[in-house]
Amino acid sequence: MKETQYARSSKAFRDGSINRRSFLRTSTVAAGGLLLSLYLDFPPSAHTEAQTPPPKVYPPDAFVHVRPDGKILITVNRLEFGQGVQTSLPMILADEMDADWSQVVSELAPAADVYRDPVFGIQMVGGSGSIAHSFTQYRELGAKTRAMLVATAADRWKVSLDQCRTENSVVYGPNGKSARYAELARDAARKPVPEKVSLKSPSEFRLIGKKVPRLDSAAKCDGSQKFGLDLDLPGMKIAVVAHPPVFGARVKGIDDKEARGIAGVRDVFEIPLMKGSGVAVVADRFWTAKQARDLLKIDWDLSGVELADTSQLWTKYKALARTPGNVAVARGDDKAIDRIPVARRVVAEYEFPYLAHTPMEPLNATVRFEGNKAEAWVPSQFQTMDQMAIAEVLGLKPEEVTFHTEYAGGGFGRRAVIDSHVPREAAVIAKRLKGTPVKLVWTREDDVRGGYYRPMHAHRVEIGIGADGMPAAWRHVIVGQSLVAGTPFAAMMIKNGVDESTVEGTSDTNYNLTNFHVSAHNPTVNVPVLWWRSVGNTHTAFVMETLIDELATRAKMDPIAYRRKLLKPEAKKLRAALDLMDQQSAWRNNLPKGHAAGIACHECFGTAVACAVEVSIENKRPKIHRVTVAVDCGIAVNPLTIESQFHGGLGFGITQLMAGGAITFKDGRVEQRNFDGYTPPYIVDAPVTVDVHIVPSAEAPTGCGEPPVPVISPAVVNALAKLTGKRYRSLPLKNI
Amino acid sequence: MATYELNVNGLSKKVEVDPSTPLLWVLREELKMTGTKYGCGISACGACTVHLAGEATRSCVVPISLVGNRRVTTIEGMAQDPVGRAVQHAWIEKDVVQCGYCQSGQIMSAVALLKETPKPTDANIEESMGGSLCRCATYVRIREAIKRAAEQMT
Ligand code: FES
Ligand code: FES
Repeated sequence: MKETQYARSSKAFRDGSINRRSFLRTSTVAAGGLLLSLYLDFPPSAHTEAQTPPPKVYPPDAFVHVRPDGKILITVNRLEFGQGVQTSLPMILADEMDADWSQVVSELAPAADVYRDPVFGIQMVGGSGSIAHSFTQYRELGAKTRAMLVATAADRWKVSLDQCRTENSVVYGPNGKSARYAELARDAARKPVPEKVSLKSPSEFRLIGKKVPRLDSAAKCDGSQKFGLDLDLPGMKIAVVAHPPVFGARVKGIDDKEARGIAGVRDVFEIPLMKGSGVAVVADRFWTAKQARDLLKIDWDLSGVELADTSQLWTKYKALARTPGNVAVARGDDKAIDRIPVARRVVAEYEFPYLAHTPMEPLNATVRFEGNKAEAWVPSQFQTMDQMAIAEVLGLKPEEVTFHTEYAGGGFGRRAVIDSHVPREAAVIAKRLKGTPVKLVWTREDDVRGGYYRPMHAHRVEIGIGADGMPAAWRHVIVGQSLVAGTPFAAMMIKNGVDESTVEGTSDTNYNLTNFHVSAHNPTVNVPVLWWRSVGNTHTAFVMETLIDELATRAKMDPIAYRRKLLKPEAKKLRAALDLMDQQSAWRNNLPKGHAAGIACHECFGTAVACAVEVSIENKRPKIHRVTVAVDCGIAVNPLTIESQFHGGLGFGITQLMAGGAITFKDGRVEQRNFDGYTPPYIVDAPVTVDVHIVPSAEAPTGCGEPPVPVISPAVVNALAKLTGKRYRSLPLKNI
Repeated sequence: MATYELNVNGLSKKVEVDPSTPLLWVLREELKMTGTKYGCGISACGACTVHLAGEATRSCVVPISLVGNRRVTTIEGMAQDPVGRAVQHAWIEKDVVQCGYCQSGQIMSAVALLKETPKPTDANIEESMGGSLCRCATYVRIREAIKRAAEQMT
């Protein structure tokens, strides 16, 4: 059907406020603004219309496709991995377009310039930016499409535009005239794309703000939804890689006699990794490849490789935390704390371990190399980077790699890797097997032991308390690896030697802290690290919210009242969330014996969250009976999705509290292996009920993927503190 | 290599594989039934749950040689099962799924639970669903959907 696709484009959007030059410096692809593109099917007769100039064929890099049967296919410019953009972005477009929602289907866009994030300038999901960055983009796309359809109808009927109105995929004109979008689509595609369109006022929204069920539910309930790992191509081979036991070690020798003896094993060979090397095993089937890998005898060269060791790292980190690091914030008098009497000082040291993301679908990438071009299928949060990396390995230009975005079984940051190491591995193997599609599968063990963790951190905080019980001086040192040092992202994220992602959530606190000093050390360790859903806020919010709670207790004040008193006047969203949570959690005043309520609030990615949890202790573990959470995220595009992001984000945050919620190292080796040693929360660990309350707002929407994560663990330990009288400053939560 | 005859969702299937091959990989790679998922391979996540002679079973740790003539039921067979359909409907009604990757296993466990215990309590749910990991943490709605399906079935 390619020749029947017709496209028009116009420069429609400018990128937002974030400096995207630093992203683009690394890109070999021309920047270019976003294009608005429409492609619509011609009826079959159009093929014969010789007088029409051949339509400009566009690759499928467009957003709306009105089919002759009335179905409206909306293309989503980012990965769907649970967050629901596959439904919410089409809702936004369909609302402005006045499309019949029951006819809307959506698809994930392949890698292409037109699908870059309008703010970040690369095609990606991250930073809770899906709705925040594409809200206006998708509204304008919908409004422009509608305008072109209306113009077409008005032309046909020889009436003015303002005599037409639209509803449910139909244009209505005067005297009972009407035309379905599907009938108008072909001619509409030839209309000029309007430069400017007016958008609906919120009161005119028909979909935005409604609880719209997901479009992908049925396929995900009957097993028919295909994920990256489910891909099956003719002639496809499966590859697994034996990674070194220590990051960066190299293969010295391989005895693959036994492995090659298994029927169905096609090849065994050494491959380069980001650091060091590994051994790839290619077979007809996964089980064969895995069995063969188990039989490999590999001699590893560990010379010159640093052996990370968690207990030694703690010693080093804690010592570092006692010295000032690179300065992130220096407000007021740095020495003020020394003048406050010791009795009114709090000194607190915190420990946070390495954490793996362990998305439910193990990592994978499929690549077929054809010599002068290639095709890739990747569940990717970072299409632009992954496509470039595959191209680089294969000696191709990025546009010579057709890159399909596959549905992903979760990600949480793990599929947004700056060095694209998984797609690179797949490309290296596919290069050798030219012409054959190769699916690289990381087993769960590869994933748990494979690095790219949330870095471990130590915090040391000294607080001087004023006579009024409020903090009068705050000195805070954070130690942890940088997420971006040495990468193309460094120029944007490292300021004055401080990786912003190390200190975010503390340095930009909404509390009015005077004599506030924040500094950071970013040591280098031989462990690859990565953003983990909500990034630095995973640990900074825990420190801030547990300390504020402790100060409130010391001051014998209600924890909500204390926070209200300390919040900056301009922290409007956080105040609104706190107030709403307070109103909705009257249950806090009427708790069964042995239960306690804990509070936390935090703002990140522009979204403010306040939560109250009801906790008791069962089997020596926290039992979370209930969570009441309030959020201010601007306009709530799909409250049903926001609610599920809260269920999910709170649940994900609980990973930090699990007794087995830590990756540790001994002699350079990861001590955990799979979900038996690294244990994320199961149903018993998750809250029994969660009620989500949304602050009514007409402000631009902000994201909800990450903001729920940081609040849950401090809220739970604040409740535990009431039950046990202890303060919890080391995670994971081993003993209560 | 050996040949096995399986009964999957009421149909008989013949496969030729190594006897150690787990049922999971036979379903996924030989029979191309990818609704059953790989999550851990060690019986720790429940993504691979199928029914073996009606019982919820982790297919990642069952070698094909031990399946014998027991009926294998997978997520693809749930549309033909009244309890399966009720659970699927409840799942859709409650908008349970997020990434969806764990949900075949969740649904298979929930169906097994409801067949044994048509009116499950929270404790029954926690016990039966206790080993089914959902990294997206859809647990709150899973709980609601199981109760909803139980209601619908009466
Ligand atoms: S894959 Fe079988 S239990 Fe995890
Ligand atoms: S829905 Fe994503 S793992 Fe359960």
